[in-house]
Amino acid sequence: MAEVILILGLAVVLAWPLGHYLARVLKGETSRADVVFAPVESMIYGLLRVDPQRGMSWRGYALAFLLSNAVLGVFAWLVFMLQHQLPLNPDGIPGMRWDLALHTAISFLTNTNQQHYSGQAQLSYLSQMVGIVSLQVLTPMMGLGIAAAMLRGLFGGRNAATAKEGEARDLGNYWVDVTRLTLRVFLPLALLVALALTMQGVPSTFAGAKTAQPIDASTGMSEQVIPLGPVAAMVATKQLGTNGGGWYGPNSAVPLENPTPLANAIEIIAIVVIPLAVVFMLGPFTGRRRLTALVFGVMATLSLVSLGAALYSEQQPNAATAELAAPGPNLEGKEVRFGATASSLWAAVTTQTANGSVNAMHDSLNPLAGTVALVNMLINSIWGGIGCGLVGHLVFLLLSIFIAGLMTGRTPEVFGRKLETGEVRLLSFLVVLQSLTILGFSALALALPDVAGTSNPGLHGIAQVFYEYTSAYANNGSGFEGLGDATYWWNLSTSATLLLGRYPCLIVPLMVAGSLARKRQAPHTAGSLDIESATFGATMIAVIVLITVLSYLPALVLGTVGEQLMLAAP
Amino acid sequence: MNSTASPRIPAAAPLDDSGGGLRPAVLGSALFVVFCGLLYPAVATLLGGLLFPHQAGGSLIERDGRIVGSSLVAQPFADARYFQPRPSAANFDPKALSGSNLASSNPALRERMARDSAAVAAREGVPAKAIPAELISASGSGIDPHLSPQGAQVQVARVAQARGLPTEAVAALVRSHTQRRTLGVLGEPRVNVLALNLALDAQGARP
Repeated sequence: MAEVILILGLAVVLAWPLGHYLARVLKGETSRADVVFAPVESMIYGLLRVDPQRGMSWRGYALAFLLSNAVLGVFAWLVFMLQHQLPLNPDGIPGMRWDLALHTAISFLTNTNQQHYSGQAQLSYLSQMVGIVSLQVLTPMMGLGIAAAMLRGLFGGRNAATAKEGEARDLGNYWVDVTRLTLRVFLPLALLVALALTMQGVPSTFAGAKTAQPIDASTGMSEQVIPLGPVAAMVATKQLGTNGGGWYGPNSAVPLENPTPLANAIEIIAIVVIPLAVVFMLGPFTGRRRLTALVFGVMATLSLVSLGAALYSEQQPNAATAELAAPGPNLEGKEVRFGATASSLWAAVTTQTANGSVNAMHDSLNPLAGTVALVNMLINSIWGGIGCGLVGHLVFLLLSIFIAGLMTGRTPEVFGRKLETGEVRLLSFLVVLQSLTILGFSALALALPDVAGTSNPGLHGIAQVFYEYTSAYANNGSGFEGLGDATYWWNLSTSATLLLGRYPCLIVPLMVAGSLARKRQAPHTAGSLDIESATFGATMIAVIVLITVLSYLPALVLGTVGEQLMLAAP
Repeated sequence: MNSTASPRIPAAAPLDDSGGGLRPAVLGSALFVVFCGLLYPAVATLLGGLLFPHQAGGSLIERDGRIVGSSLVAQPFADARYFQPRPSAANFDPKALSGSNLASSNPALRERMARDSAAVAAREGVPAKAIPAELISASGSGIDPHLSPQGAQVQVARVAQARGLPTEAVAALVRSHTQRRTLGVLGEPRVNVLALNLALDAQGARP
């Protein structure tokens, strides 16, 4: 318990100043760091012919985001397919099949990092760097840019003071946001984390794999090939950017990727620090400190409940060990240096934040912790992915305002701007899209012969399929990894799921913000709904639980919930 | 937008409604791939290698000029004179790394654990209820280099007997190789199996 409190406490303490710094970077304020960054930034704006003073409408912002994503996606896809003909491939790794390369490119482009391959055997160093690391740095910063643009829109845009009602609003400049966030926030943090992890033992070299001669010849293993590489640089970005895709197949369970309990603490803090900072950024960025309090209160409540359940679950023995070993916490799929506590803490925060890296195998978690992971991903905005988590949370906020408005008989208003049919229709589309995609694909995969590829029988097999699509749509990337997912079916169907879980979920809210922004702002009166209050926070929690959990209750019962009940009463 | 021909409009420039078109998308992507995918990993990797050469190279262990393993990678042991690591679903191959991914409800897990439990009980001469669960639970990575102190303790008598050493001498070696929780709170106490076995061999070689 002391470990959990220490790690989360440190994360909050670090996230507070980082959140204020994020707000300054996004508002374009000058700082002492300009000496270093301003010349590089003006060089970039010059080359791109971007006028940093010129804002974009919601449409301009969305188009810039989509176009740059299309270019990066095609680039990464080609690199993965052609890696055998490119440099920096000391272990002679072959190119990827087209569908696996496509899935990998989309998976990293959508900030998901779902992996249907094992990095140490299937990606060259160049692919890991220009394909994987680039996207691990850029995609969270793009998501954060979208979140900032949406916030600007909710308060009338940067030109709120001068623009007339109905006129398009300035939601910021995409290229300025992404450039400043990448250079001033992400890369310096990543460098720091990479060095700390190298100190703890994460490999950091361009040399190829090393071959060892094991000392006990009687086992029949005459040599052991140890894959290395520029691992630390990549692990830093995968942890910090709610990415999650590891260098080695079993991710941060591997001692080379997560060597010590201290490295583990650093990596857990890296998972949550930016998502937390984004919440702390809300106050200084919008000038409404109580908005931070509302969002933090709702997220922290959900976070602690789900964390408590995960911690409890893994302290229980694995049901299969009954009578076969001394009773103790579930250690199947876990590492001795972390134990059950640090593993369940990781499992909870990695699914709350849409990170998806793991330090224990989720397939072998007790079913209650598996349920916690699934519910976290279905909600997907308890912290959530960087930027996209806040956007998802704001969608719940708007829906809650609408529902509260209906209940109290008041016109629903967001910071003084009327929420009307058009906006609510768009928001409901997102709710329906999630259920249709996840449940539709799960049903298809289970109904069609020979495509599911489940490795566990019974209810857990159903849960493996449901988990894979839930994780893909949540842009999380963790998995019940026993699933045989390196097939055309899985690569292509999850590619579609990944795209649906990323682009509509970012663009539609931006559209809603753009539409709200141009409306007339009514003054706050005694009759207005006070959303920055505990009552509204409780309403929001109820709305979140009702919308997400109830939609998926049958699927959960057919999976891990049913499994838990059957194990309890065999 | 042609920057040389169009006059620079101050303050109230019209909003960009098209996202700037293809030029920033292509050039911006290329530039950021260089920054984030080449420059950053190169700096982090070279600096890491410079500051922490042993760790950056994979924490390799050498004996008589040859690499015998890494302190971060478990290797298999079969001989009774050695401590045994936890079960590996990947056969201790770092290129095939994997957990078992078996669910607790899967009969295959129960069968594997029953086999392992019987084998450990016979090997160490202890009842099943005295076996620490980690010894019949496959690790997450397939190369977990550690045992808990209890996981090592249960093997002490057998190792001591096979080596003709006093039990207390082996137990003392286990204690001296036990790492505590970091700062008293982080992680779990543990023993590195490869380091322990190398220490045993070194002791045996002493005149």
